[in-house]
Amino acid sequence: MTPEQKDGPLLQIRNLEKRFDVDSGFLESLKFRGGKLRRDTRAVHAVNDISFDVGRGEAVCVVGESGCGKSTVARMVANLLTPSGGSIHYDGQRIDTLRGKALLPIRSKIQMVFQNPYASLNPRMTIGQTLEEPTRYHNPGLGSGEIRDKIAKVMKSVGIDPTWAARYSHELSGGQRQRIAIARALTVDPEFIVADEPISALDVSIQAQVLNLMLEMQEAHDITYLFITHDLSVVEHFGTRVVVLYLGSICEVADTRTLFSAPKHPYTKALLSAVPSLNDDSPSHIRLKGEIPTPIDLPPGCPFQTRCPLANARCRVEKPEPFAQSDGALVACHAVEEGRTDAGMTLQEAV
Amino acid sequence: MTLLSVRDLTVKFGTRGTPVTALHGISFDVARGERVGVVGESGAGKSITGFALMNLLSRPGYIDSGEILFEGKDVTKMSDREIRRLRGNRMAMIFQDPMVTLNPVLTIGQQMIETLRAHRRLSYDDARQISLVKLKEVYIPSPEARLDQYPHELSGGMRQRIVIAIALLLDPQLIIADEPTTALDVTIQADIMELLLEMCRSNMVGLMLITHDLGVVSQVTERTLVMYAGRIIESGKTRAIINDPQHPYTQGLINALPQQTPPGTRLRQIPGSMPTLSTMPPGCPFNPRCELATDVCRARMPEITQFGEVQVACHEVKRLHAELAELEGAQ
Ligand SMILES: Nc1ncnc2c1ncn2[C@@H]1O[C@H](COP(=O)(O)OP(=O)(O)OP(=O)(O)O)[C@@H](O)[C@H]1O
Ligand SMILES: Nc1ncnc2c1ncn2[C@@H]1O[C@H](COP(=O)(O)OP(=O)(O)OP(=O)(O)O)[C@@H](O)[C@H]1O
Ligand code: SF4
Ligand SMILES: [Mg+2]
Ligand SMILES: [Mg+2]
Repeated sequence: MTPEQKDGPLLQIRNLEKRFDVDSGFLESLKFRGGKLRRDTRAVHAVNDISFDVGRGEAVCVVGESGCGKSTVARMVANLLTPSGGSIHYDGQRIDTLRGKALLPIRSKIQMVFQNPYASLNPRMTIGQTLEEPTRYHNPGLGSGEIRDKIAKVMKSVGIDPTWAARYSHELSGGQRQRIAIARALTVDPEFIVADEPISALDVSIQAQVLNLMLEMQEAHDITYLFITHDLSVVEHFGTRVVVLYLGSICEVADTRTLFSAPKHPYTKALLSAVPSLNDDSPSHIRLKGEIPTPIDLPPGCPFQTRCPLANARCRVEKPEPFAQSDGALVACHAVEEGRTDAGMTLQEAV
Repeated sequence: MTLLSVRDLTVKFGTRGTPVTALHGISFDVARGERVGVVGESGAGKSITGFALMNLLSRPGYIDSGEILFEGKDVTKMSDREIRRLRGNRMAMIFQDPMVTLNPVLTIGQQMIETLRAHRRLSYDDARQISLVKLKEVYIPSPEARLDQYPHELSGGMRQRIVIAIALLLDPQLIIADEPTTALDVTIQADIMELLLEMCRSNMVGLMLITHDLGVVSQVTERTLVMYAGRIIESGKTRAIINDPQHPYTQGLINALPQQTPPGTRLRQIPGSMPTLSTMPPGCPFNPRCELATDVCRARMPEITQFGEVQVACHEVKRLHAELAELEGAQ
């Protein structure tokens, strides 16, 4: 399927790359080596050759450890960051190369909700003002009365009384603030919401409120989600498909049910085994030994090799490519491909 | 003798004018080698409890009344010198952010050796040797090299393991861990929890584990205290509380977890939010959010009552148990 096809997936990410230069200035990066002055730039390889799709109405979750590139992917999809390589197509149109005015229609289709409801709302603006700004900007044809009506409607849809429009964000609880952040995303009638850990900073009870709201929005407005989280119980509840990242690369992509019932990549297995469950009081998680390499000095070969119980010589030189399993999962692991999976893992399942 | 026995502990904050109460006369025990979890929503008073035990409350917070008996001695009546000797030596605290404990300008070795020599008469070499052993105990790879590294050169998981090693340096009897893994990833969290569990088991160390993660509490602790608005509203065997919560708030917390409802369906949220210290409702503090609340709940604070393996402060739970007992008596 080519990205140009309109009836293809809503979002298509192909060979996406992002590098951040870490050396602060031009002068600092000049090094005298081999009798010559050279410019030596080191880069964080935050996202490396990632490809996946998000279909209409899906809620695709991206999981992985801190620093694995989840937010970087989210920001590139929301067009807040320019990829270093690869492409992003939305509804058949390439969006990562759009600039200036050409971006406007996409900006109203794709909205982003951030992790911290405390930092993402301007404390000097009332809730009404917070919501009015994007509504006006994206609906230049609307009169003041219509804008007020629209804001009231959006506030009601997130369960907040429209009379609260005069309040400031510091008068709200964390859950209420996050609902306002979601309301702000909804003022432009988006089709696609990129949510970067929208509930991580909230209590369980408030997490439930916000997750319910997102489920309701999905049904009422047909919204498609790219949902970033590190909480696997949330993934299991909310996600239709899961993308597991490790150090900027894809380990595994699978339907939620397939991933939880039959994880295949050794990292996915370790991740799932580490989730503390309510019922089972004898912990028996797969303990990963070894250190996590920094994304500046990525080793050649598989990024997981330093902690992988199955790593062998091939893993240290050749980077595994995602390939399809019989149940539809995509897995990037030589051991899985070669069928030498179970022996090593059970050895580690001690304790 | 119980390791820790807290009786009617009341903590207040003296903010302009009338002080507000953050802890309302809470009582609980921790036995030697026992692992106790403390759960509740943000603002429930979990951290304040930990700080009060270590006598680390800073102004405007203060202990208004009550006793904190540690190995039989009242911490609230100790001199600064006695408390300093207690802290680190007999009682240690682990915080969410390891950088609260670690000094960024000293190497790991300097910090460990200094801590040891401040409390024990040890030669530099002996102190270094003990530090190495402790780093090995918390599974720090290549511990010799780590001694000469600075905190910023280590990963978050490794820093937290080093904080645990420092907490264990002087063989404390009680460890208070306040959200020790909230900032870490699940695989690393699981390692750290297993480590704490192992330390408590093999050295008979008491653990107070403050967390909002009921899964972690379920895996690590034997007993649980559920806090709400500065009170312990339910306590008892962790298994009993997780499998059969009595208090409507505890039920709400457990039912709100995603794993408690089938995928894709609505989660059961607790309506409303916890009152702030200055807007406490009369009666049971949970009554504005409680489906079972009656006029009694809105008027009077329920007392703590024992039901089997748990203690609960709830008028309706008490009434239901009384009705059940009557029914059983009639049969
Ligand atoms: N602006 C930047 N400059 C340099 N490095 C960056 C920048 N933004 C991100 N990085 C690095 O890129 C990598 C991926 O970061 P990212 O924020 O995407 O991770 P994440 O998966 O969202 O982590 P977390 O779970 O902690 O939010 C990290 O190593 C991070 O330090
Ligand atoms: N310096 C202070 N002045 C006034 N009130 C305070 C102060 N520090 C804490 N409080 C209040 O004491 C109550 C208990 O706070 P505490 O930090 O113990 O909550 P917690 O249960 O640890 O919550 P969290 O899960 O967010 O860490 C809160 O209502 C808080 O606002
Ligand atoms: S077995 Fe290997 S491929 Fe698979 S994760 Fe390993 S190192 Fe990577
Ligand atoms: Mg992030
Ligand atoms: Mg706290």
